Amino acid sequence: MATDTGELTGVRIDKLTRRFGDHVVLDRVDLQIAPGEFVALLGRSGSGKSTLLRALAGLDYDVAGDGELRIPDRVSVVFQDSRLLPWRRVLDNVILGLRAPNPRERGAEALAEVGLAGRERAWPTELSGGEQQRVALARSLVGEPELLLADEPFGALDALTRIRMHGLLRALCKRHQPAVLLVTHDVDEAVQLADRIVVLDGGRIAVDIRPGLPDSRTPRDPGFQEVRELLLRALGVTS
Amino acid sequence: MATETFSVATRPRSPVPAVRRARRRLGPGRPLPYGRLLGPALLLALWAAASASGLLDPRKLSAPWAVARTTADMISTGVLQEHVLTSLTRATAGFLIGITAGLALAVIAGISRIGEALIDGPMKIKLAIPTIGLIPLLILWLGIGELFKIVIIAVAVAVYMYIQVYAGLVGIDKRYVELAEVQGYRRSEFLRHVVLPGVLPQFFVGLRLSLTASWLVLITVEQINALSGVGYMMEQAQQYAQTDVILVGLAVYGIFGFLSDALVRVTERRVLSWRRTLAS
Ligand SMILES: Nc1ncnc2c1ncn2[C@@H]1O[C@H](COP(=O)(O)OP(=O)(O)O)[C@@H](O)[C@H]1O
Ligand SMILES: [Mg+2]
Repeated sequence: MATDTGELTGVRIDKLTRRFGDHVVLDRVDLQIAPGEFVALLGRSGSGKSTLLRALAGLDYDVAGDGELRIPDRVSVVFQDSRLLPWRRVLDNVILGLRAPNPRERGAEALAEVGLAGRERAWPTELSGGEQQRVALARSLVGEPELLLADEPFGALDALTRIRMHGLLRALCKRHQPAVLLVTHDVDEAVQLADRIVVLDGGRIAVDIRPGLPDSRTPRDPGFQEVRELLLRALGVTS
Repeated sequence: MATETFSVATRPRSPVPAVRRARRRLGPGRPLPYGRLLGPALLLALWAAASASGLLDPRKLSAPWAVARTTADMISTGVLQEHVLTSLTRATAGFLIGITAGLALAVIAGISRIGEALIDGPMKIKLAIPTIGLIPLLILWLGIGELFKIVIIAVAVAVYMYIQVYAGLVGIDKRYVELAEVQGYRRSEFLRHVVLPGVLPQFFVGLRLSLTASWLVLITVEQINALSGVGYMMEQAQQYAQTDVILVGLAVYGIFGFLSDALVRVTERRVLSWRRTLAS
Protein backbone atom coordinates (compact mmCIF):
# COMPACT_ATOMS: atom_id res chain seq x y z
CA MET A 1 0.00 0.00 0.00
CA ALA A 2 2.45 2.65 1.15
CA THR A 3 5.48 3.01 -1.04
CA ASP A 4 8.75 4.43 0.13
CA THR A 5 10.55 6.10 -2.72
CA GLY A 6 12.52 8.31 -0.38
CA GLU A 7 11.10 11.50 -1.87
CA LEU A 8 7.82 13.26 -1.30
CA THR A 9 5.13 11.14 -2.83
CA GLY A 10 1.76 12.76 -2.33
CA VAL A 11 -1.40 10.71 -2.60
CA ARG A 12 -2.69 8.67 -5.48
CA ILE A 13 -6.12 7.00 -5.38
CA ASP A 14 -7.06 4.71 -8.27
CA LYS A 15 -10.55 3.31 -8.80
CA LEU A 16 -11.28 3.17 -5.09
CA THR A 17 -14.54 1.36 -4.40
CA ARG A 18 -16.10 0.92 -0.99
CA ARG A 19 -19.48 -0.54 -0.16
CA PHE A 20 -21.55 -1.43 2.87
CA GLY A 21 -23.69 -4.39 1.89
CA ASP A 22 -25.33 -3.45 -1.40
CA HIS A 23 -24.81 0.23 -0.82
CA VAL A 24 -21.90 1.42 -2.97
CA VAL A 25 -20.56 4.45 -1.16
CA LEU A 26 -17.43 5.05 -3.24
CA ASP A 27 -17.64 4.10 -6.90
CA ARG A 28 -14.23 3.91 -8.59
CA VAL A 29 -12.96 7.19 -7.22
CA ASP A 30 -9.76 8.61 -8.72
CA LEU A 31 -7.95 11.37 -6.90
CA GLN A 32 -4.41 12.63 -6.66
CA ILE A 33 -3.03 15.04 -4.13
CA ALA A 34 0.36 16.64 -4.72
CA PRO A 35 2.85 17.00 -1.88
CA GLY A 36 2.00 20.10 0.12
CA GLU A 37 -1.36 20.57 -1.55
CA PHE A 38 -4.34 21.55 0.62
CA VAL A 39 -7.50 19.83 -0.60
CA ALA A 40 -10.94 20.26 0.92
CA LEU A 41 -13.43 17.45 0.42
CA LEU A 42 -17.05 18.55 0.36
CA GLY A 43 -20.18 16.52 0.09
CA ARG A 44 -23.61 16.04 1.49
CA SER A 45 -24.06 14.12 4.71
CA GLY A 46 -23.71 10.43 3.90
CA SER A 47 -21.94 11.04 0.60
CA GLY A 48 -18.93 9.00 1.70
CA LYS A 49 -16.45 11.65 2.80
CA SER A 50 -15.53 9.86 6.00
CA THR A 51 -15.41 6.55 4.18
CA LEU A 52 -12.82 7.96 1.78
CA LEU A 53 -10.80 9.52 4.56
CA ARG A 54 -10.86 6.36 6.66
CA ALA A 55 -9.65 4.38 3.67
CA LEU A 56 -6.67 6.74 3.39
CA ALA A 57 -6.06 6.49 7.14
CA GLY A 58 -6.04 2.68 6.95
CA LEU A 59 -8.96 2.46 9.35
CA ASP A 60 -11.33 0.54 7.11
CA TYR A 61 -10.14 -3.06 7.42
CA ASP A 62 -13.70 -4.33 7.80
CA VAL A 63 -15.06 -2.54 4.75
CA ALA A 64 -15.61 -4.30 1.44
CA GLY A 65 -14.16 -2.87 -1.73
CA ASP A 66 -11.15 -2.60 -3.97
CA GLY A 67 -8.97 -0.11 -5.75
CA GLU A 68 -5.45 1.13 -5.28
CA LEU A 69 -4.05 3.56 -2.80
CA ARG A 70 -0.60 5.07 -2.73
CA ILE A 71 -0.01 7.17 0.33
CA PRO A 72 3.07 8.56 2.06
CA ASP A 73 4.68 6.88 5.04
CA ARG A 74 3.94 9.52 7.61
CA VAL A 75 0.20 10.05 7.79
CA SER A 76 -1.63 11.62 10.67
CA VAL A 77 -5.29 12.10 11.42
CA VAL A 78 -7.29 14.78 13.20
CA PHE A 79 -10.72 13.56 14.25
CA GLN A 80 -13.84 15.58 14.92
CA ASP A 81 -13.38 14.92 18.62
CA SER A 82 -9.94 15.76 19.94
CA ARG A 83 -9.51 12.17 21.08
CA LEU A 84 -7.06 12.92 23.84
CA LEU A 85 -6.43 10.17 26.37
CA PRO A 86 -8.03 11.66 29.50
CA TRP A 87 -5.58 9.88 31.80
CA ARG A 88 -2.46 11.35 30.17
CA ARG A 89 -1.30 14.90 30.52
CA VAL A 90 -1.32 17.19 27.50
CA LEU A 91 2.36 16.81 26.60
CA ASP A 92 2.22 13.04 27.07
CA ASN A 93 -0.73 12.92 24.70
CA VAL A 94 1.21 14.86 22.08
CA ILE A 95 4.33 12.71 22.16
CA LEU A 96 2.93 9.21 22.70
CA GLY A 97 3.93 7.18 19.65
CA LEU A 98 6.44 9.80 18.46
CA ARG A 99 9.67 8.18 17.32
CA ALA A 100 12.16 11.00 17.26
CA PRO A 101 15.09 12.21 19.35
CA ASN A 102 14.14 14.56 22.21
CA PRO A 103 10.41 13.87 22.03
CA ARG A 104 9.60 16.07 25.03
CA GLU A 105 11.27 19.14 23.55
CA ARG A 106 9.60 18.56 20.23
CA GLY A 107 6.24 18.08 21.90
CA ALA A 108 6.66 21.30 23.86
CA GLU A 109 7.55 23.13 20.64
CA ALA A 110 4.48 21.74 18.92
CA LEU A 111 2.32 22.91 21.83
CA ALA A 112 3.89 26.37 21.66
CA GLU A 113 3.08 26.48 17.95
CA VAL A 114 -0.61 26.03 18.68
CA GLY A 115 -0.47 28.65 21.43
CA LEU A 116 -0.47 26.26 24.39
CA ALA A 117 3.02 26.84 25.77
CA GLY A 118 3.01 26.26 29.51
CA ARG A 119 0.03 23.89 29.46
CA GLU A 120 2.19 20.77 29.07
CA ARG A 121 1.21 19.32 32.43
CA ALA A 122 -2.50 20.10 32.24
CA TRP A 123 -5.01 17.26 32.09
CA PRO A 124 -7.08 17.24 28.86
CA THR A 125 -10.30 17.75 30.82
CA GLU A 126 -8.92 21.01 32.16
CA LEU A 127 -8.88 22.50 28.65
CA SER A 128 -11.69 24.06 26.66
CA GLY A 129 -12.97 22.32 23.52
CA GLY A 130 -10.95 24.62 21.27
CA GLU A 131 -7.80 24.08 23.31
CA GLN A 132 -8.27 20.32 23.20
CA GLN A 133 -8.54 20.46 19.45
CA ARG A 134 -5.37 22.54 19.31
CA VAL A 135 -3.60 19.81 21.30
CA ALA A 136 -4.88 17.33 18.73
CA LEU A 137 -3.41 19.52 15.98
CA ALA A 138 -0.08 19.65 17.79
CA ARG A 139 -0.17 15.86 18.17
CA SER A 140 -0.85 15.34 14.49
CA LEU A 141 1.91 17.72 13.35
CA VAL A 142 4.65 16.81 15.82
CA GLY A 143 5.67 13.83 13.69
CA GLU A 144 6.03 16.04 10.58
CA PRO A 145 3.46 14.13 8.52
CA GLU A 146 3.55 14.14 4.74
CA LEU A 147 -0.20 13.73 4.71
CA LEU A 148 -2.64 15.24 7.17
CA LEU A 149 -6.16 13.84 7.18
CA ALA A 150 -8.82 15.81 9.01
CA ASP A 151 -12.46 14.75 9.31
CA GLU A 152 -14.56 17.81 10.20
CA PRO A 153 -11.98 18.79 12.79
CA PHE A 154 -13.81 21.99 13.73
CA GLY A 155 -17.33 20.61 13.54
CA ALA A 156 -17.81 20.54 17.30
CA LEU A 157 -16.46 24.04 17.96
CA ASP A 158 -18.34 27.30 18.31
CA ALA A 159 -18.21 29.79 15.43
CA LEU A 160 -15.67 32.17 16.98
CA THR A 161 -13.28 29.42 17.98
CA ARG A 162 -13.66 27.94 14.52
CA ILE A 163 -12.52 31.16 12.84
CA ARG A 164 -9.42 31.25 15.02
CA MET A 165 -8.71 27.60 14.25
CA HIS A 166 -8.92 28.34 10.53
CA GLY A 167 -6.13 30.90 10.82
CA LEU A 168 -4.06 28.53 12.92
CA LEU A 169 -4.47 25.58 10.58
CA ARG A 170 -3.49 27.63 7.53
CA ALA A 171 -0.41 29.00 9.28
CA LEU A 172 0.65 25.54 10.47
CA CYS A 173 0.18 23.97 7.06
CA LYS A 174 2.18 26.78 5.42
CA ARG A 175 5.04 26.07 7.78
CA HIS A 176 4.99 22.26 7.77
CA GLN A 177 3.81 21.75 4.19
CA PRO A 178 1.97 18.44 4.54
CA ALA A 179 -0.48 17.41 1.87
CA VAL A 180 -3.88 17.96 3.47
CA LEU A 181 -7.24 16.34 2.93
CA LEU A 182 -9.79 18.24 4.98
CA VAL A 183 -13.29 16.80 5.10
CA THR A 184 -15.95 19.38 5.79
CA HIS A 185 -19.59 20.05 5.06
CA ASP A 186 -19.05 23.80 5.43
CA VAL A 187 -18.61 25.44 2.03
CA ASP A 188 -17.16 28.64 3.48
CA GLU A 189 -14.61 26.68 5.47
CA ALA A 190 -13.54 24.83 2.34
CA VAL A 191 -13.14 28.01 0.27
CA GLN A 192 -11.40 29.78 3.13
CA LEU A 193 -8.79 27.12 3.73
CA ALA A 194 -8.12 25.03 0.64
CA ASP A 195 -6.10 25.46 -2.55
CA ARG A 196 -8.31 22.94 -4.21
CA ILE A 197 -11.83 21.76 -3.55
CA VAL A 198 -13.42 18.48 -4.58
CA VAL A 199 -17.06 17.54 -4.16
CA LEU A 200 -18.11 13.94 -3.64
CA ASP A 201 -21.52 13.06 -5.02
CA GLY A 202 -23.07 9.73 -5.93
CA GLY A 203 -19.87 7.93 -5.04
CA ARG A 204 -17.76 9.92 -7.49
CA ILE A 205 -15.81 13.16 -7.61
CA ALA A 206 -18.37 15.53 -9.13
CA VAL A 207 -16.41 18.77 -8.89
CA ASP A 208 -12.66 19.39 -8.73
CA ILE A 209 -11.63 23.04 -8.76
CA ARG A 210 -8.63 25.23 -7.92
CA PRO A 211 -10.17 28.63 -7.18
CA GLY A 212 -6.81 30.42 -7.22
CA LEU A 213 -7.86 32.89 -4.54
CA PRO A 214 -5.23 35.01 -2.78
CA ASP A 215 -3.89 33.85 0.59
CA SER A 216 -5.66 36.62 2.46
CA ARG A 217 -9.18 35.90 1.30
CA THR A 218 -12.41 36.94 2.91
CA PRO A 219 -15.99 35.91 2.14
CA ARG A 220 -16.61 39.45 0.87
CA ASP A 221 -14.31 39.04 -2.14
CA PRO A 222 -16.23 38.60 -5.40
CA GLY A 223 -14.03 35.61 -6.28
CA PHE A 224 -14.91 33.97 -2.98
CA GLN A 225 -18.62 34.51 -3.65
CA GLU A 226 -18.36 33.00 -7.12
CA VAL A 227 -16.68 29.80 -5.90
CA ARG A 228 -19.17 29.58 -3.09
CA GLU A 229 -22.15 29.78 -5.47
CA LEU A 230 -20.65 27.14 -7.70
CA LEU A 231 -20.08 24.74 -4.83
CA LEU A 232 -23.53 25.31 -3.36
CA ARG A 233 -25.05 24.47 -6.73
CA ALA A 234 -22.95 21.31 -6.92
CA LEU A 235 -24.24 20.34 -3.49
CA GLY A 236 -27.80 20.88 -4.64
CA VAL A 237 -28.39 24.01 -2.58
CA THR A 238 -29.61 26.85 -4.79
CA SER A 239 -29.81 30.27 -3.25
CA MET B 1 -41.42 34.42 41.75
CA ALA B 2 -42.18 30.96 40.56
CA THR B 3 -43.93 29.87 43.75
CA GLU B 4 -46.76 32.29 43.16
CA THR B 5 -47.83 31.18 39.77
CA PHE B 6 -50.20 28.58 41.24
CA SER B 7 -52.03 30.96 43.54
CA VAL B 8 -52.78 33.76 41.08
CA ALA B 9 -56.37 32.73 40.61
CA THR B 10 -57.28 32.20 44.24
CA ARG B 11 -55.39 34.93 46.04
CA PRO B 12 -54.76 38.55 45.16
CA ARG B 13 -51.21 38.85 43.94
CA SER B 14 -48.89 40.51 46.41
CA PRO B 15 -46.79 43.36 45.01
CA VAL B 16 -43.51 42.19 43.53
CA PRO B 17 -40.81 42.73 46.16
CA ALA B 18 -38.00 45.06 45.17
CA VAL B 19 -35.34 42.64 46.32
CA ARG B 20 -35.54 39.19 44.87
CA ARG B 21 -35.58 36.52 47.53
CA ALA B 22 -32.88 33.87 47.26
CA ARG B 23 -34.23 30.79 45.53
CA ARG B 24 -35.45 28.10 47.88
CA ARG B 25 -32.98 25.25 47.98
CA LEU B 26 -34.36 21.80 47.26
CA GLY B 27 -31.19 19.74 47.75
CA PRO B 28 -30.31 18.48 51.26
CA GLY B 29 -27.82 21.33 51.83
CA ARG B 30 -24.36 21.25 53.29
CA PRO B 31 -23.25 18.07 55.12
CA LEU B 32 -22.89 18.26 58.92
CA PRO B 33 -19.33 18.06 60.22
CA TYR B 34 -18.67 14.50 61.43
CA GLY B 35 -22.33 13.87 60.60
CA ARG B 36 -21.69 10.24 59.74
CA LEU B 37 -20.68 9.52 63.33
CA LEU B 38 -23.93 10.86 64.74
CA GLY B 39 -26.04 7.78 64.03
CA PRO B 40 -23.61 5.21 65.46
CA ALA B 41 -22.99 7.41 68.53
CA LEU B 42 -26.73 7.62 69.19
CA LEU B 43 -27.09 3.84 68.86
CA LEU B 44 -24.24 3.30 71.28
CA ALA B 45 -25.80 5.71 73.78
CA LEU B 46 -29.18 3.96 73.56
CA TRP B 47 -27.51 0.59 73.98
CA ALA B 48 -25.57 1.78 77.05
CA ALA B 49 -28.68 3.36 78.57
CA ALA B 50 -30.77 0.25 78.02
CA SER B 51 -28.07 -1.98 79.57
CA ALA B 52 -27.50 0.29 82.58
CA SER B 53 -31.21 0.56 83.32
CA GLY B 54 -31.60 -3.21 83.19
CA LEU B 55 -34.01 -2.97 80.28
CA LEU B 56 -31.72 -5.11 78.19
CA ASP B 57 -31.31 -8.76 79.19
CA PRO B 58 -27.53 -9.50 79.10
CA ARG B 59 -28.37 -12.98 77.75
CA LYS B 60 -29.82 -11.27 74.67
CA LEU B 61 -27.25 -8.49 74.40
CA SER B 62 -24.30 -7.78 76.68
CA ALA B 63 -23.58 -4.27 77.87
CA PRO B 64 -20.98 -2.22 75.95
CA TRP B 65 -18.57 -2.31 78.88
CA ALA B 66 -18.94 -6.09 79.14
CA VAL B 67 -17.95 -6.37 75.50
CA ALA B 68 -14.96 -4.10 76.10
CA ARG B 69 -13.87 -6.17 79.07
CA THR B 70 -14.23 -9.43 77.14
CA THR B 71 -12.20 -7.98 74.30
CA ALA B 72 -9.40 -7.03 76.68
CA ASP B 73 -9.46 -10.50 78.26
CA MET B 74 -9.36 -12.27 74.93
CA ILE B 75 -6.48 -10.13 73.76
CA SER B 76 -4.45 -10.67 76.94
CA THR B 77 -4.84 -14.43 76.69
CA GLY B 78 -4.03 -14.30 72.97
CA VAL B 79 -7.20 -16.15 71.96
CA LEU B 80 -8.57 -13.32 69.85
CA GLN B 81 -5.33 -12.79 67.93
CA GLU B 82 -5.17 -16.48 67.14
CA HIS B 83 -8.69 -16.57 65.68
CA VAL B 84 -8.20 -13.32 63.81
CA LEU B 85 -4.93 -14.49 62.32
CA THR B 86 -6.49 -17.74 61.17
CA SER B 87 -9.41 -15.91 59.52
CA LEU B 88 -7.17 -13.31 57.92
CA THR B 89 -4.91 -15.97 56.49
CA ARG B 90 -7.87 -17.76 54.90
CA ALA B 91 -9.37 -14.55 53.57
CA THR B 92 -6.10 -13.26 52.16
CA ALA B 93 -5.15 -16.54 50.52
CA GLY B 94 -8.56 -16.99 48.92
CA PHE B 95 -8.67 -13.36 47.90
CA LEU B 96 -5.27 -13.33 46.23
CA ILE B 97 -5.84 -16.61 44.41
CA GLY B 98 -9.29 -15.44 43.31
CA ILE B 99 -8.03 -12.07 42.07
CA THR B 100 -5.26 -13.70 40.07
CA ALA B 101 -7.53 -16.32 38.54
CA GLY B 102 -10.28 -13.81 37.76
CA LEU B 103 -7.82 -11.42 36.12
CA ALA B 104 -6.19 -14.16 34.08
CA LEU B 105 -9.53 -15.48 32.85
CA ALA B 106 -10.75 -11.98 32.01
CA VAL B 107 -7.62 -11.20 30.01
CA ILE B 108 -7.83 -14.49 28.08
CA ALA B 109 -11.52 -13.96 27.33
CA GLY B 110 -10.92 -10.30 26.52
CA ILE B 111 -8.14 -10.73 24.00
CA SER B 112 -8.98 -13.99 22.28
CA ARG B 113 -12.22 -15.06 20.63
CA ILE B 114 -11.67 -18.70 21.53
CA GLY B 115 -11.01 -17.74 25.12
CA GLU B 116 -14.18 -15.69 25.11
CA ALA B 117 -16.21 -18.57 23.71
CA LEU B 118 -14.86 -21.03 26.28
CA ILE B 119 -14.73 -18.87 29.39
CA ASP B 120 -17.46 -16.28 29.27
CA GLY B 121 -20.43 -18.65 29.30
CA PRO B 122 -19.39 -20.68 32.35
CA MET B 123 -18.53 -17.50 34.26
CA LYS B 124 -21.96 -16.00 33.56
CA ILE B 125 -23.58 -19.26 34.68
CA LYS B 126 -21.48 -19.25 37.85
CA LEU B 127 -22.57 -15.68 38.51
CA ALA B 128 -26.16 -16.89 38.57
CA ILE B 129 -25.37 -19.52 41.22
CA PRO B 130 -24.64 -18.12 44.69
CA THR B 131 -21.23 -19.32 45.82
CA ILE B 132 -22.66 -20.49 49.14
CA GLY B 133 -24.66 -23.03 47.13
CA LEU B 134 -21.43 -24.73 46.11
CA ILE B 135 -20.50 -25.57 49.69
CA PRO B 136 -21.94 -29.14 49.79
CA LEU B 137 -20.24 -30.08 46.54
CA LEU B 138 -16.89 -28.55 47.49
CA ILE B 139 -16.95 -30.31 50.86
CA LEU B 140 -17.48 -33.62 49.08
CA TRP B 141 -14.57 -32.87 46.77
CA LEU B 142 -12.11 -31.19 49.10
CA GLY B 143 -13.13 -32.21 52.61
CA ILE B 144 -13.66 -29.65 55.33
CA GLY B 145 -10.07 -28.50 55.78
CA GLU B 146 -8.33 -25.24 54.94
CA LEU B 147 -8.21 -26.01 51.22
CA PHE B 148 -11.99 -26.06 50.98
CA LYS B 149 -12.30 -22.69 52.69
CA ILE B 150 -9.67 -21.01 50.58
CA VAL B 151 -11.03 -22.45 47.36
CA ILE B 152 -14.57 -21.33 47.98
CA ILE B 153 -13.45 -17.79 48.80
CA ALA B 154 -11.28 -17.80 45.68
CA VAL B 155 -14.21 -18.93 43.54
CA ALA B 156 -16.44 -16.11 44.74
CA VAL B 157 -13.70 -13.52 44.27
CA ALA B 158 -12.65 -14.78 40.85
CA VAL B 159 -16.15 -14.47 39.43
CA TYR B 160 -16.59 -10.85 40.55
CA MET B 161 -13.15 -9.93 39.31
CA TYR B 162 -13.73 -11.66 36.01
CA ILE B 163 -17.10 -10.03 35.34
CA GLN B 164 -15.81 -6.51 35.96
CA VAL B 165 -12.46 -6.73 34.20
CA TYR B 166 -13.90 -8.56 31.20
CA ALA B 167 -16.59 -5.89 30.85
CA GLY B 168 -13.84 -3.27 31.07
CA LEU B 169 -11.77 -4.93 28.36
CA VAL B 170 -14.72 -5.36 26.02
CA GLY B 171 -15.81 -1.80 26.67
CA ILE B 172 -12.48 -0.17 25.73
CA ASP B 173 -13.40 2.88 23.68
CA LYS B 174 -13.00 2.01 20.01
CA ARG B 175 -12.07 5.59 19.25
CA TYR B 176 -8.91 5.21 21.32
CA VAL B 177 -8.05 2.01 19.50
CA GLU B 178 -8.25 3.93 16.22
CA LEU B 179 -6.12 6.68 17.68
CA ALA B 180 -3.50 4.14 18.72
CA GLU B 181 -3.48 2.75 15.19
CA VAL B 182 -3.10 6.05 13.36
CA GLN B 183 -0.54 7.35 15.85
CA GLY B 184 1.46 4.16 15.48
CA TYR B 185 1.56 3.14 19.14
CA ARG B 186 3.53 -0.02 19.76
CA ARG B 187 1.60 -2.93 21.22
CA SER B 188 3.21 -2.36 24.60
CA GLU B 189 2.30 1.34 24.48
CA PHE B 190 -1.23 0.45 23.48
CA LEU B 191 -1.61 -1.99 26.37
CA ARG B 192 -0.02 0.32 28.90
CA HIS B 193 -1.56 3.64 27.90
CA VAL B 194 -4.91 2.69 26.39
CA VAL B 195 -6.04 -0.72 27.65
CA LEU B 196 -4.76 -0.59 31.22
CA PRO B 197 -6.11 2.87 32.10
CA GLY B 198 -9.34 1.98 30.35
CA VAL B 199 -9.82 -1.11 32.51
CA LEU B 200 -8.61 0.25 35.85
CA PRO B 201 -11.92 1.81 36.95
CA GLN B 202 -13.69 -1.51 36.41
CA PHE B 203 -10.83 -3.32 38.10
CA PHE B 204 -11.38 -1.30 41.23
CA VAL B 205 -15.11 -1.97 41.17
CA GLY B 206 -14.25 -5.66 40.92
CA LEU B 207 -11.78 -5.34 43.77
CA ARG B 208 -14.38 -3.88 46.10
CA LEU B 209 -17.06 -6.39 45.19
CA SER B 210 -14.46 -9.11 45.71
CA LEU B 211 -13.60 -7.84 49.16
CA THR B 212 -17.23 -7.90 50.23
CA ALA B 213 -17.64 -11.35 48.75
CA SER B 214 -14.56 -12.75 50.45
CA TRP B 215 -15.68 -11.56 53.91
CA LEU B 216 -19.17 -12.90 53.35
CA VAL B 217 -17.99 -16.34 52.27
CA LEU B 218 -15.39 -16.44 55.03
CA ILE B 219 -17.98 -15.78 57.74
CA THR B 220 -20.29 -18.39 56.29
CA VAL B 221 -17.77 -21.21 55.99
CA GLU B 222 -16.29 -20.51 59.40
CA GLN B 223 -19.67 -20.71 61.04
CA ILE B 224 -20.68 -23.84 59.20
CA ASN B 225 -17.58 -25.88 59.46
CA ALA B 226 -14.42 -24.84 61.25
CA LEU B 227 -12.33 -25.45 64.35
CA SER B 228 -10.75 -22.03 64.48
CA GLY B 229 -11.25 -18.52 63.19
CA VAL B 230 -13.55 -15.65 64.12
CA GLY B 231 -16.62 -17.36 62.70
CA TYR B 232 -15.90 -20.47 64.76
CA MET B 233 -15.37 -18.33 67.82
CA MET B 234 -18.82 -16.77 67.34
CA GLU B 235 -20.44 -20.11 66.62
CA GLN B 236 -19.04 -21.49 69.89
CA ALA B 237 -20.19 -18.39 71.76
CA GLN B 238 -23.70 -18.98 70.51
CA GLN B 239 -23.70 -22.48 72.07
CA TYR B 240 -22.91 -20.97 75.46
CA ALA B 241 -25.02 -17.80 74.95
CA GLN B 242 -21.98 -15.53 75.25
CA THR B 243 -23.38 -12.49 73.49
CA ASP B 244 -20.30 -10.46 74.41
CA VAL B 245 -18.04 -12.80 72.41
CA ILE B 246 -20.44 -12.71 69.47
CA LEU B 247 -20.27 -8.93 69.52
CA VAL B 248 -16.46 -9.02 69.64
CA GLY B 249 -16.56 -11.18 66.50
CA LEU B 250 -18.91 -8.79 64.75
CA ALA B 251 -16.67 -5.87 65.69
CA VAL B 252 -13.66 -7.66 64.23
CA TYR B 253 -15.48 -8.32 60.96
CA GLY B 254 -16.66 -4.73 60.85
CA ILE B 255 -13.21 -3.33 61.45
CA PHE B 256 -11.54 -5.49 58.81
CA GLY B 257 -14.30 -4.87 56.32
CA PHE B 258 -14.00 -1.15 56.83
CA LEU B 259 -10.19 -1.10 56.71
CA SER B 260 -9.93 -3.19 53.56
CA ASP B 261 -12.51 -1.05 51.77
CA ALA B 262 -10.72 2.12 52.88
CA LEU B 263 -7.43 0.74 51.58
CA VAL B 264 -8.94 0.07 48.16
CA ARG B 265 -10.57 3.50 48.15
CA VAL B 266 -7.32 5.30 48.90
CA THR B 267 -5.42 3.30 46.29
CA GLU B 268 -8.13 3.94 43.74
CA ARG B 269 -8.05 7.66 44.35
CA ARG B 270 -4.29 7.77 43.87
CA VAL B 271 -4.18 5.55 40.81
CA LEU B 272 -7.12 7.28 39.11
CA SER B 273 -5.97 10.76 40.03
CA TRP B 274 -6.76 12.04 36.52
CA ARG B 275 -10.42 11.56 37.29
CA ARG B 276 -10.43 14.17 40.02
CA THR B 277 -10.31 16.91 37.40
CA LEU B 278 -13.67 15.71 36.18
CA ALA B 279 -15.27 15.86 39.59
CA SER B 280 -13.97 19.31 40.47
N1 LIG C 1 -19.81 1.03 9.33
C1 LIG C 1 -20.80 1.26 8.46
N2 LIG C 1 -21.75 0.31 8.23
C2 LIG C 1 -22.75 0.51 7.37
N3 LIG C 1 -22.91 1.62 6.64
C3 LIG C 1 -22.02 2.61 6.81
C4 LIG C 1 -20.93 2.49 7.75
N4 LIG C 1 -20.20 3.62 7.70
C5 LIG C 1 -20.81 4.42 6.81
N5 LIG C 1 -21.89 3.83 6.28
C6 LIG C 1 -22.77 4.40 5.25
O1 LIG C 1 -21.97 4.89 4.21
C7 LIG C 1 -22.45 6.12 3.75
C8 LIG C 1 -21.35 7.14 3.81
O2 LIG C 1 -21.00 7.39 5.13
P1 LIG C 1 -19.89 8.46 5.50
O3 LIG C 1 -18.67 8.20 4.73
O4 LIG C 1 -19.76 8.45 6.98
O5 LIG C 1 -20.57 9.82 5.02
P2 LIG C 1 -20.14 11.33 5.29
O6 LIG C 1 -18.90 11.32 6.10
O7 LIG C 1 -19.95 11.93 3.93
O8 LIG C 1 -21.28 11.98 5.98
C9 LIG C 1 -23.66 6.47 4.60
O9 LIG C 1 -24.82 6.13 3.88
C10 LIG C 1 -23.51 5.60 5.80
O10 LIG C 1 -24.78 5.23 6.27
MG1 LIG D 1 -18.50 12.01 8.09
